[in-house]
Amino acid sequence: MTKPSLPGNGSDFTVPRVRAWRIFTRNRASVIGITIFGLLLLLSVFGSFLSPYPPEKVGVGQRMEPPKSKFLMGTDELGRDILSRVLQGLRLSFLIGLVSAGVSTLIGILFGAVSGFFGRWIDDLLMRITEIFQVIPRFFLTMMLVAFFGPDLINIVLAIALLSWPQLARLVRAEFLALKSRQFVDAARTAGASTGVLIFLEILPNSLGPLIVNSTLLVGQAVLQEAGLSFLGLGDPTQVSLGVMLYQAQDIMRTAWWATAFPGLFIFLAVLSVNLIGDGLNDLFNPRSRER
Amino acid sequence: MPSPLWGEGAGERHDGCLYMPWIQNRYFRYILSRFLQAIPLIFVILVINFFLIHASPGDPVDILVGLTDADPKVLQELRREFGLDQSLLVQLGIYMKKLIQFDLGYSMRYRQAVFDLILSRLPATLLLMGVALALASFLGIFLGVLAAQRPYGWIDNTSTFMALAGYSMPLFWLGQILLLIFALKLDLLPAQGMVSLRAPSEGWGRVFDIMKHLILPAVTYSSYFLALVFRMTRVKMQEVLAQDFILTAHAKGVSGRQVVYKHALRNAMIPIVTIIGYNFGFMIAGSVLTETVFAWPGLGRLMFDAIMARDYPVLLGIFFIISIIVILVNAMTDIVYVIIDPRVVYD
Repeated sequence: MTKPSLPGNGSDFTVPRVRAWRIFTRNRASVIGITIFGLLLLLSVFGSFLSPYPPEKVGVGQRMEPPKSKFLMGTDELGRDILSRVLQGLRLSFLIGLVSAGVSTLIGILFGAVSGFFGRWIDDLLMRITEIFQVIPRFFLTMMLVAFFGPDLINIVLAIALLSWPQLARLVRAEFLALKSRQFVDAARTAGASTGVLIFLEILPNSLGPLIVNSTLLVGQAVLQEAGLSFLGLGDPTQVSLGVMLYQAQDIMRTAWWATAFPGLFIFLAVLSVNLIGDGLNDLFNPRSRER
Repeated sequence: MPSPLWGEGAGERHDGCLYMPWIQNRYFRYILSRFLQAIPLIFVILVINFFLIHASPGDPVDILVGLTDADPKVLQELRREFGLDQSLLVQLGIYMKKLIQFDLGYSMRYRQAVFDLILSRLPATLLLMGVALALASFLGIFLGVLAAQRPYGWIDNTSTFMALAGYSMPLFWLGQILLLIFALKLDLLPAQGMVSLRAPSEGWGRVFDIMKHLILPAVTYSSYFLALVFRMTRVKMQEVLAQDFILTAHAKGVSGRQVVYKHALRNAMIPIVTIIGYNFGFMIAGSVLTETVFAWPGLGRLMFDAIMARDYPVLLGIFFIISIIVILVNAMTDIVYVIIDPRVVYD
């Protein structure tokens, strides 16, 4: 495969956004990623129109019917249609992943920005706190929080978000350390910009690249964590998420493989697509790794 | 030249004093100093967990008694027995005082010393983790090196895809699928537990039996890690292989294999070792899922049961032991750096 010459050497007059899109889509993997992600998103948004049966309805078929044309993914131990439930679960899993990743990105930005911008003892203090969060086995703590405060949706999202930010915080801090003494910051400060403006309007936009990559990966991790929690019985029992489906399928796994296989497959596809997109974005923002 | 492991001046002392080489060992001293530095950190972790555990609704007595209609007097008696009737600070003080004497307290659920309880579960987890770690490291580095030599060849493409899959899959789900295929469908391997009831209880028969039980959990457990190590190795090896000294080595007529494994890999090793060491702590936490799928009698499962039963002493005890293990592994990672790269120096 011949590698097309990289644009951006002054001879390239395309709009930056268009150029970024071209670089992003040159990576075949990220195109596959964004395609899968788009399809899954459509499925989860329009799932309620597409699902052949009401997902909660018991006994639309026999108990544990294997996949066939009437029930594409078979039925579970209560005779519910697995396809319909997967569509509903997908939406919830995506939602949990996006919201948790969003919240923990916010926490990470706040910690990292304050730490990197102000430096000195604030930096020391915040980084020690970050280190503690990095040393504690995260999944154990997430389990503990959810088990103690009750497995409802909000607690699950919060527990995942509250424990996923340290890596992002360190990243943002590193960017801030590198950027805060650059001339454009001095210029803004001389022009009378306030601290808040400096942090959020001057430095932060310039460190968005690695940040976006990292929070994309956080979405995938959050989906996986929710699945893991639910599998242990710490999912919200009143909701249908893909993880909760896997938890319920455990008892019938030996007779009904489809009840385990399909929800897991969709978790896999969802996380895979997000990770592929993350890889593509990484290539985009990090030209050194832009080999493929 | 004396081995760097034993430091300068290894040999007999002129005054005939008792000579303990391990005290002089600079790696031993480094681990010790790291460990001492980590004591405040362990302390903070324990205090945080202590308050977190006690701040949460519900206590072990509620869970122990369950839905039975117990006499409030009995409940009070139980709480007194567990020391739950005292103020939090007093409880924390008592816990810390005992901890200094290496007493982790008694499990409220198992009515057994926490230390013994953890010790009885630790070997199973360490065995599973050790095998998975070794599998992931060797296979990951090997495949990573192969892939970096021929980018976009079939080995590279296959393993890159597999790595991506391993990275994106719920660990426990992979375990379930493997279990469905290899244990239930093909009936090649045992599905649950660590030993068979009818297997010999000692000698090679037992070793073989445990090994058979170990395969599926270890493969499951190593998948994520394997993906991580592979990706890192591939990237770093590609970077190193493009450098001038590699070209020089080739030009001098060094054999291809030597260039790759001696010259290049050694230079790519530091970030690989880092990623292995850094993720160790997270790996312990992942054990609960694998152990649940395969009914493996390890620490992860004990942790889960302790959470569900609000068994405070066991929870804190496991956090304590895990923190120590993680810190030790981090210190050892730093030492491996020195062995790989003599330029690294610690004060």
